[in-house]
Amino acid sequence: MGLTEMAVHELRTLLQQRQISARELVEAVYERIDAVEEDIKAYITLCRDEALAAAKEADARLARGEAGSSLLGIPVAVKDNICTAGVTTTCASRILHNFVPPYDATVVERLKKAGAPITGKTNMDEFAMGSSTENSGFHVTHNPWDLSRVPGGSSGGSAAAVAAGEVPVALGSDTGGSIRQPAAFCGVVGMKPTYGLVSRYGLIAFASSLDQIGPLARNVRDCALMLQAIAGHDPQDSTSVPVDVPNYEGALTGDIQGMVVGLPREYFAEGLDPEIKDAVLQAVKVLEGQGARVEEISLPHTEYALATYYLIAPAEASSNLARYDGVRYGYRSEKAPDTVTMFMATRDEGFGAEVKRRIMLGTYALSAGYYDAYYLKAQKVRTLIKQDFERAFERCDVLISPTTPSVAFKIGEKVADPMAMYLSDIYTITVNLAGIPGLSLPCGYNSEGLPIGLQIMGKAFNEVSVLQVAYTYEQSADLCRRWPKMEVKAGG
Amino acid sequence: MKVTQADVKHVARLARLGLSEAEIETFQKQLSDILSYFDKLQELDTEGVPPTAHPTPLKNVFREDVARPAMPREKVLANAPEEQDGYFRVPRILEEE
Repeated sequence: MGLTEMAVHELRTLLQQRQISARELVEAVYERIDAVEEDIKAYITLCRDEALAAAKEADARLARGEAGSSLLGIPVAVKDNICTAGVTTTCASRILHNFVPPYDATVVERLKKAGAPITGKTNMDEFAMGSSTENSGFHVTHNPWDLSRVPGGSSGGSAAAVAAGEVPVALGSDTGGSIRQPAAFCGVVGMKPTYGLVSRYGLIAFASSLDQIGPLARNVRDCALMLQAIAGHDPQDSTSVPVDVPNYEGALTGDIQGMVVGLPREYFAEGLDPEIKDAVLQAVKVLEGQGARVEEISLPHTEYALATYYLIAPAEASSNLARYDGVRYGYRSEKAPDTVTMFMATRDEGFGAEVKRRIMLGTYALSAGYYDAYYLKAQKVRTLIKQDFERAFERCDVLISPTTPSVAFKIGEKVADPMAMYLSDIYTITVNLAGIPGLSLPCGYNSEGLPIGLQIMGKAFNEVSVLQVAYTYEQSADLCRRWPKMEVKAGG
Repeated sequence: MKVTQADVKHVARLARLGLSEAEIETFQKQLSDILSYFDKLQELDTEGVPPTAHPTPLKNVFREDVARPAMPREKVLANAPEEQDGYFRVPRILEEE
């Protein structure tokens, strides 16, 4: 197996035992990137020099016998809405095409402290608004399993890079499913932590009450290692919760005897691809075989979640994106005889269609005369949705559902109909509304060989149970662990 | 929910988005469709239900009122489209009509 196919926990051993160097590993990753990136287009910016410098430092630390972090010398990719000092951070938007952050996001600081070289910034839907990465202001990323299909979104670049071996592990962000859905489409593991577990400082905001940064990896253990490196209270993020961070890797015992798994019936209703339903129910049987008890439950307000999310998120976005005005950073229109004209032209020229649509929606929902009927109403329904989960977790340790209603769709298939695109988030958005953790991992492939994702949801700050169930399934499932077949240029 | 072109123009101005005529027409249709779907929420009785602004129980997170060094000015101005004498330079600010 080549270095670029290995897991983080395997590479960790090789690095610690000095069987490979961090430099070799970074070089291997870039060789792979050179071979497939023309087809995948997962990255917006590559940071070869910075990554090699970081690898050199990591090798020095390893030579000194430092055992420290599991990520020492492990290459990571970072979604391009997370600030990296000195490295262009664009949110895949023309309005930030030349923005170079003067500071690192807290998660980036933690990765650097851990000694992880950053390979580059990955592609995404503009300002994280989208479910396919087609809304990127720069280029479309292609699904490694079928290049004519989307990788999902908005963390499509991170998911595709991990799936294609262009990096072993990556960071994404998830506001309505933007880590989990692309993880499902690309056949990798993706996790959105509990809201408040991971610092949002340096994450360019989309919807402040929903956004969370999380890991994408090729297996559950790697996902746990990544989460360990980034989780924990940050005084610079006032929504960061002061909780003790458990040892996530230590929790992966494979013992789920007596755990109660809830299946919310609303997530298995019409609109779900039957092949996905079968794969998910098969996975549940595997868990029963390992000693879990399964119960059907109801989350009665599920049908109102889409409307609730698509009112709250755009409303918060309209406020968060007001700062892009051409004054202090980013693109400024040449049409600027006065500041109001400058604002209007800058934002018209700098933002893509989906971003404009959501700003419009959000502004409308918050405007005088509509605030009560729309935004306030949605916030109240959010409480009801949150309470559905609290009631469910009185009886269940975790809840399981499909991650998406369909497999990866074709590029261009849903761009004309915004509502159709929004419907791909139907199983993931409730998790953000409730603020609970959610993870997606592969549980099969459909008749066309496309990956199917299983979603595991847990109680707030109970990442341990979610990871435990995910790990147990992964280790016990009789799944042929495949790699996407990609034609690789000579030398890859 | 029927959204008129006047509504769209009004909202665009609030959001400082300079939309073309074609965009105004497209958004009028799309917003009407999306907002009609949201009328679904009116089915629910939310009398007495407190709104959730964010999912954590945190309130009033403060820090000690101690001055700390701020970001150096050059860093703050480093991305400025136009800068002069240590300030962000912008076009003249007119009265709103």
